[in-house]
Amino acid sequence: MLLNDEEKAIAEGAQGEAARMCIEQQIEVGDFFGAERFVPVSNVHMMGDYEVMGNAGQSFLQRLLDAGGKVRVGTSRNAQCVEYEYSQRLRQSVELVSHEKDVRKLLGALGIWTVDTCIGYQTLYVPRFGEHIAWGDTGTVAYANSVLGARTNYESGPAAIASAITGRTPAYGFHLDEVRRPTARIVLEAPLDDVADWGALGGIIGDRVRDYWSVPAIVLAPGVRGPSPDELKHLGAALASHGSLAMFHLVGVTPEARSERELGTKPLRDEFSVTRADLESFYERTTPADPAVRLVVFSAPQLSLSEIETIADAFAGRRIAEDMTVLITTNAMVKAAAASTGIEGRIAATGAMLLQGTCWYIMDPAEMQRQFGWTRVVTNSAKLANIIKAHGYEPILRPTQVCVDAAVTGAVR
Amino acid sequence: MSERIFTCERALGPATEATVLVSMRTFSPRYDLDRENGIFSRSDHPLQGQRIAGTILVSPGVQGGIAGGWAFMMMRGRGVGFAGLVFGKVNPVMVQGAAAAGIPILAGVDPAIFEVLRNGDHVRLEPAARRVVVLPGPSYG
Repeated sequence: MLLNDEEKAIAEGAQGEAARMCIEQQIEVGDFFGAERFVPVSNVHMMGDYEVMGNAGQSFLQRLLDAGGKVRVGTSRNAQCVEYEYSQRLRQSVELVSHEKDVRKLLGALGIWTVDTCIGYQTLYVPRFGEHIAWGDTGTVAYANSVLGARTNYESGPAAIASAITGRTPAYGFHLDEVRRPTARIVLEAPLDDVADWGALGGIIGDRVRDYWSVPAIVLAPGVRGPSPDELKHLGAALASHGSLAMFHLVGVTPEARSERELGTKPLRDEFSVTRADLESFYERTTPADPAVRLVVFSAPQLSLSEIETIADAFAGRRIAEDMTVLITTNAMVKAAAASTGIEGRIAATGAMLLQGTCWYIMDPAEMQRQFGWTRVVTNSAKLANIIKAHGYEPILRPTQVCVDAAVTGAVR
Repeated sequence: MSERIFTCERALGPATEATVLVSMRTFSPRYDLDRENGIFSRSDHPLQGQRIAGTILVSPGVQGGIAGGWAFMMMRGRGVGFAGLVFGKVNPVMVQGAAAAGIPILAGVDPAIFEVLRNGDHVRLEPAARRVVVLPGPSYG
């Protein structure tokens, strides 16, 4: 990589040992990907809690702090693994809660905002078109690149912190124009009605176009309406989860695809359609042999206020079944809004739990399975349905109303 | 029997030698592993139940995301992690995570390697030369 004078000085330790350690690792990664230079970043979003980093990560943070580490741009933290208010009810271990509090202190000392959210782009910081950022959490990256037109690669926890401390990131991948052009064209022929439908679309495309360096361009067939911001959120999260994709275009909707002509002429590697039958088949993959369920989760990504209100409406005054657990996750900002608007009270009246600052799949769901005996989980999140198999669960992906009905009746259809 | 060499497009990290785990599935630490104990835990994964400590993973690609950035460091700290990684296609997180954990990663490997390698084969990773050397052993011949 070519370094400017400031970057050379950082590499020589002029801005402290922590910055030197960080830029050394960034140069190693930049060289790997053939980056020619660094690009300054104006905002960082990092993933880092005890569940994902363990003692080794905690020690890494302490080393940075001891070496004088301090972030130099606004840096937010992704969802954390603990819900302090509900930790006992959800039987989260005392050790996990204690470790997480220690991690939180370390992050705070580094200057990181421990806002614990994976939907900061809906509630906290919205980068402008063309802005270079360094974000972690795959769904946030897909949303930033695709919907906002900002520029970021997937940044792991340590890499995001490095960017926050040096104020820059190697210029490769989605920081470059040529990588952002579409490599596949998909025609959506089915009208979609729910966030789960858009997540399923992301799952179908991600399973087929499975490569970080691929960029699908989705074309809406005549009569198919475009998605809401929450539906775009689920589309991006599922594309990232199933396909490791960091960007998509939706022609006529996303800012770098106002028309197909604007997308350029890069040769396409794939071209196909998605029909209602494809979507039904995707749902069918998670149809259980036994319809009895005891757990319904709305999470991954955290929910916006309108998503929570949709769930409250779907309950229509009903309560969850006996021996049923319903978990809804969001961030502190949305939860405060839910409280002030009365939506939180409507959720509480159903018997569901509204958790803040976390996402269920990072709350040690394998331990919850041992504690509560849960085997299946019903969800409207295609991302969660994909992830949760690693923790021994049988996922059942369904539209929001079907999930709510399962919560009320104890059976999924 | 002699060594067989497969080239890669990109690489970083120190040279190392170990036995391999070959997975034809795209890989994600969060989706596939019990990261506390270093075991493939995904219910429908062909390697389910396999311990990964000290092995080199060879896989055509990756999926999902960001957790890999901490996962390799965490598992190495617990003594249950991979000794190295070889991929066809790769995303930045795997590379950033390997760099942070101090383990070698090679990407863009010659796809012919998947026709040759079997679980338990012994290989040497040479990142500086961007190559994987398959060493003579019982299953490779």
